[in-house]
This record gives sequence, C-alpha cells and structure tokens, in this order.
Amino acid sequence: MFSKGTKRKFPDGGEELPEEGLPSSNEELASASYSLQRQSLLDMSLIKLQLCHMLVEPNLCRSVLIANTVRQIQEEMTHDGSWQTAAMIEAIAAAGSGCSGAGAPPERLVATEVLCRPGREMTGGSDAEPKLFSVMGYDGCREEEVVAVEEDSICSEAASNVCLSGSMGHCWERGVLRGERELDSRLGAPDEDVDVEEEDEEEEDNDLEGCRDEGEAKATRQVFGTFEIKNSHPGPESALEELFSDVDPSYYDLDTVLTGMQAAPKIGPYDLLDSLSQSHSPSSLGSAANCRSDLNELDHIMEIIVGS
Amino acid sequence: MAGAGDGDDEVQWCFSQVKGAFDDDIAEADIISTVEFSHSGELLATGDKGGRVVIFQQDPESKSQPLCRGQYNVYSTFQSHEPEFDYLKSLEIEEKINKIRWLPQKNAAQFLLSTNDKTIKLWKISERDKRPEGYNLKEDDGRYRDPSSVTALRVPVFQPMDLMVEASPRRVFANAHTYHINSISVNSDNETYLSADDLRINLWHLEITDRSFNIVDIKPANMEELTEVITAAEFHPHQCNTFVYSSSKGTIRLCDMRASALCDQHSKLFEEQEDPSRRSFFSEIISSISDVKFSHSGRYMMTRDYLSVKIWDLNMESRPVETYQVHEYLRSKLCSLYENDCILMRCVHEYLRSKLCSLYENDCIFDKFECCWSGDDSVVMTGSYNNFFRMFERGGRQDVTLEASREVSQPLMVLKPRRVCAGGKRRKDEVGVDSLDFSRKILHTTWHPHDNIIAVATTNNLYIFQDKC
Repeated sequence: MFSKGTKRKFPDGGEELPEEGLPSSNEELASASYSLQRQSLLDMSLIKLQLCHMLVEPNLCRSVLIANTVRQIQEEMTHDGSWQTAAMIEAIAAAGSGCSGAGAPPERLVATEVLCRPGREMTGGSDAEPKLFSVMGYDGCREEEVVAVEEDSICSEAASNVCLSGSMGHCWERGVLRGERELDSRLGAPDEDVDVEEEDEEEEDNDLEGCRDEGEAKATRQVFGTFEIKNSHPGPESALEELFSDVDPSYYDLDTVLTGMQAAPKIGPYDLLDSLSQSHSPSSLGSAANCRSDLNELDHIMEIIVGS
Repeated sequence: MAGAGDGDDEVQWCFSQVKGAFDDDIAEADIISTVEFSHSGELLATGDKGGRVVIFQQDPESKSQPLCRGQYNVYSTFQSHEPEFDYLKSLEIEEKINKIRWLPQKNAAQFLLSTNDKTIKLWKISERDKRPEGYNLKEDDGRYRDPSSVTALRVPVFQPMDLMVEASPRRVFANAHTYHINSISVNSDNETYLSADDLRINLWHLEITDRSFNIVDIKPANMEELTEVITAAEFHPHQCNTFVYSSSKGTIRLCDMRASALCDQHSKLFEEQEDPSRRSFFSEIISSISDVKFSHSGRYMMTRDYLSVKIWDLNMESRPVETYQVHEYLRSKLCSLYENDCILMRCVHEYLRSKLCSLYENDCIFDKFECCWSGDDSVVMTGSYNNFFRMFERGGRQDVTLEASREVSQPLMVLKPRRVCAGGKRRKDEVGVDSLDFSRKILHTTWHPHDNIIAVATTNNLYIFQDKC
C-alpha cells in the first residue's frame, strides 16, 4: 500500500530513498514492494479506463483524472528505468505460468479479458484460458505480505493486490499480445513518451513493452477520442458480446470461492462491497438455472446499455 | 444573528425535520442530487435523480410551535426534466437534476433555474388562491352557454379558493452544451446567468433561449491532449463582471468579462503549491475541486477538494488563507477508495450484474462534495461519509462533526458531536475509520441565508436542523 514513507516520486535516476538505518535487504524489499504496488495501480487504472469506454456515457472528469494517473505512473516508470525491467520480469513470469491468450481477437478489450476469464482452478487446470483475476489469488496471496509495508488492514489488502496484479499483469499481456501487435500496425505510431526499442534480444520484451505502451496510448485515445462523437464501430459491442459468450458453466463453481471470500477478514472501505454482496445470498447462485437466468438478464441489460 | 454563537455560547444543533421515507430499499429516482434555499430562506428546493423538483415552504413563525422557527412543508412538486435520447450519439440523457439556483424575487412569483446534463429550464412558481366566477358566456365548469339563453349581464368576480401552487416552465435553454453541465450561477445583474460543463462556460440572458455566448473554452484541439476539466463555476455575488471556475487540477481561475469576450485568459489564478513530501499518485485526484462558493460578502471564496475545505482571499492567489481538514484520516486509505469499484467489478460480475453501470461510478475518491457558507460567513459546512457533516468556524476556532441519522429524528433532539478514531485506541463514542459506511455520504448541504437553519441531504432523505433557541 502506498504508506506514507513510500509515496515519494523517484528522484533522478535513483532508487527509492531508503529509510535510515535499515539493512539493505529491506531497502530492496521496500523498493520491490513499491514497484509492485505502482504496477498494481497502473493495471487498475487501465482497467477503469477501458471499462469506462465500454459504458454508455463516461464521466469526463473521472476519465481525465484516471488517465492523468496512468500518465504519471508511466512517466515515473520510464524515468527510473523500471519500465523495461517490469516488462522483463513479467515476461519471465508469464513464460513460467503457462498462461496463454494467444488467438484473442484484436478488438478484445483488456478489461473484459481480465474480468471474464473463468477460473483455472475451477476447471481443474485443463482450461487453456488465462487465469482469472480472481478471488483465489486474493486469498492465496495474503501470506505473501511484504514485510516493509505498514501493518494496517489496507496495506495487507494491497499486498494481496500486489499478487493479483502480478497474475493479472502477465495474463493480460499475454492475452493481448498478438492482438496488440496487429493493432499497433493499424493504429500507427505508439505513444511518444516511451520508445519501443526494436533491437531487444527477447522478442517478448519488445512485444510486451510495445503492447503495454500501446495499450495505454490506445486506452487514452479511446477514452477521449470517442467523447466527440460516439462511434458505433463494432469494437466495444463485439467485446461486450465476447464478455458473455465467454462464460461457461464452470463459472458457476465460483460460488464456493466467492462464499469463501466473504468469510475473509473485512476491510473498512469494503463495507460497501460487503453490504452489496450481502444483499444477494450465496444460495441465489447455487443453481445453474439461476445463473443462466441472471446471464439472460445481464444480456438484456447490456443490450439496453449498448443501445441496440 | 446567523452563524456561530456569540462569545462563549456554542451553537447547539437540533433536529428539526426529515423528509423522505426511511426505506432500506432506496429507489434510484429518489436520490437527492441538489438542495438550495431561496434568497429569503422561506423556500427550500431539492432536485432528485428522477428529474423532480420538490419545494418546501417555511410556515410562518408561531409561538405555539415547540421550535421557535416555522417548519418546512411541501409547497410544490413538479417534474422538471424528463429522460431524453440523443439520437446522434445514441446516448440517453439523464434527467437527474444537477443544480437548482433561485432567482431573487421580483414579484409575487418565484423563479428558479434547474438543470440536468444538457438543458437548463427556468421555472415560475406562482400561487393561485382566487378564481374568477360568474362568466356570462361560460358555465363555472367551463362549458359554453348558449348565447340565446343569456338574458342579463353580470360582472365576474374573484372568489377565494384553496391555495394552488403552479409550476410552469417559462424558458428552456437547450442545445448549448456538448459535455455535462456541472454548474449554473445567476449573475448579480439579475439578467444573465452562466452554465458550465466540463470544457466550456456559456453566458445566457434569462429572456433569450436561442442564443448563448461562450465565455470560456478549454477544449484542446486534439482531445487526446485533454488533461484538465472544469468542475464548478460561480458568479461573484456583487460584481457582475466577475466569475470564477475551478478545475480538476485544483486551480481556480477568476475571470473578468470586461477584459475580453472570451475569458480563456484568467485575471487571477489561485493555486496552492503542493507539499512535495505528501505527493503520491493520488495527489492530483484528491486536489480536484468539487465545489467553489463565494462568501456572501464577496471578499472570500471557498473550495472543496477531496480531503479539505480551503478559504481563499480574492486578493491573494498564492495560497488559501484558511484550510480545514474534513476527513484527513482517509489519506492513508486513498488506494482502496480509488480501487473499490475495481474489486467490485470482479465479484459483482456474479452477484450484482444488473447494477453494472451505477456501481462502476461508485469509486469514492471521485465523490463530489459540496460546501456552503453560513449567512454571516462565519461558519462553513461540508459533508463527509457515514452521513457525517462537518462545520468549521472561521479563524480556526472550532470545528464539529455531526451526523444525520435516524436515531436523532425527534424534534429538539440535540445532535451530539461525533468523532472518528484515526488509529490507536478507540474511545467509547468514537467511530473507527474502518467502520465508516462509505455508501452513506452527504454530498449536498445548504445553509439558510439569514438564520441558523441547515438542510443536509443523505442519499434519499433531507434533514433539516436548526440551532437550539
């Protein structure tokens, strides 16, 4: 979590200013934690921007503030050289995890990819779909709380997010990797703030860097570009359809997982989450029939939103 | 004397009334979106998400009443705006009333401006307590009489009738805003008013609906370069050439319409340099100004950003003269207040899919709180979470946190000051930060122009409090 001591912008070319008297391993730990938290914030902001784009009429002020946050993070990451480092780390992690999203269509929005993948765990791991940005990860990561982070409830929650962002990050990249490359050529020059180095040894790094950057530039373009005239180009709609065609019965097995999540320690601002989730008893999801009717209802609502 | 008590007397606020049902299941249309006292304070208007305006009128004072001030009762209710559909963009235009502003009263009728995202309307609210009777050619029920049956002439007379309050739209100011209107402000000249959306501010004449003048335009040529939007705007209370507008970057620009037709160049720029040691990725978001209000005197203005209320002297641009922390304990929670909708989206996908749209806009860090001045400018007030609202006495003398809750809903019940425990040992009466209910927030508050009466809107209830007399 962005505890007070770690909120500073990175000074020129430097690591995060270490606290006095700490051993060097704690410095590194704090630095790594800050980077991961920053990454998590970046990922979260990008999801918000893309979801924003999906919805009927986004709030301009909100979108501008989120986009500015994304730019700030991007600048800082470029500035301290961790932009490429992060990409490399995730490339390695991605290779190891076996996630694959190859073959995802180019129009697929990042956010839908992230939110709508069924859980691997639920399907017994035989599913080729990338890992869900899921509750399991949320719980599973609690033990990996970073030592240097302040101990309050929000920090522990953020540490979980750190793990989540890790899993989401590489799956996300994988998922849009091929798609973004195609988009890259279609959309033209990437964001001028980040140079896409073409002489990189690892092709994956190159792709990841380009596509992450491209993803952000694209997200920002998409958000503001459509404020003028709301295009009826097929992009968002087809992504929305993908959203629902993706869901398969294995999704319903999330019940037990989500019920388990409700039993997890509650965090203050998540009272909102709790009060909302409590209004729907777990039994409402117990049967596949209920889920299907819920899906139909959702289809209907999304149709209205999309204005078909 | 409005404002804080004199000398050692501390103002004690008591419950007076509450409007709206105490249902657990709140209809979205009933969510209050704006509250405003009229210039005399006799009328109190509320607007809601369903596009309705409800006006309450204060009863004349009566010694027999337990409270020394009259109660507010429903005076008029009308549908101001209807949902519309923009066919060009395939978008629905919400009927939610964003702002109501009263015009100063000139005759027996009252006038107010109400606006949704795209259209401003001027409403006339008039009373009718007499009706003419005794027409020669018409029966009293309106049917025409056969002329041949008229044998004598009579003069119609006015007969008293039950009071009827009529609201009629007198002007509709439409099609001038591409983006969502966030503010309207009536000029002190009583002839013009401004309307502000995210990127532009327009000047209207109250009589002319087919034309408006654009006075501020911050839209970049390339929308991808957009980094700042207008969040609020207001005319100076006495100088008809002066107005201010605030931005999402925490700046306030004061403009003089005498300088040029297009006021893109500000006359004054109010901005506080941020403390570099407190900088975080959320700094910009929490510096975004959600409301700006001139003091009644016109010498000061107040701005509300996410964590604080700042009072600026119009003569000093470099920093505010007073800063009050509304809920500083939220500073360490900013990340979760930013992401809480993100987490919701993951789980909500299963549980609450029908609320996809409204939940997405639920991230608390973007909540837009309003602020207001007391009649004598000695106290300022703003809302917070958990149905708390805060009052700050100018000069940093005292501040208090009060709660609008069902438990204190008996007349004359005194509101007990609340305290939030930011950390460490929680005392008996205190509320822990992690127990705050972020779904119950007070965004809209208003203070009677001459008296110690305040109206505070929770999600769908309007609480009226007054000081103990």
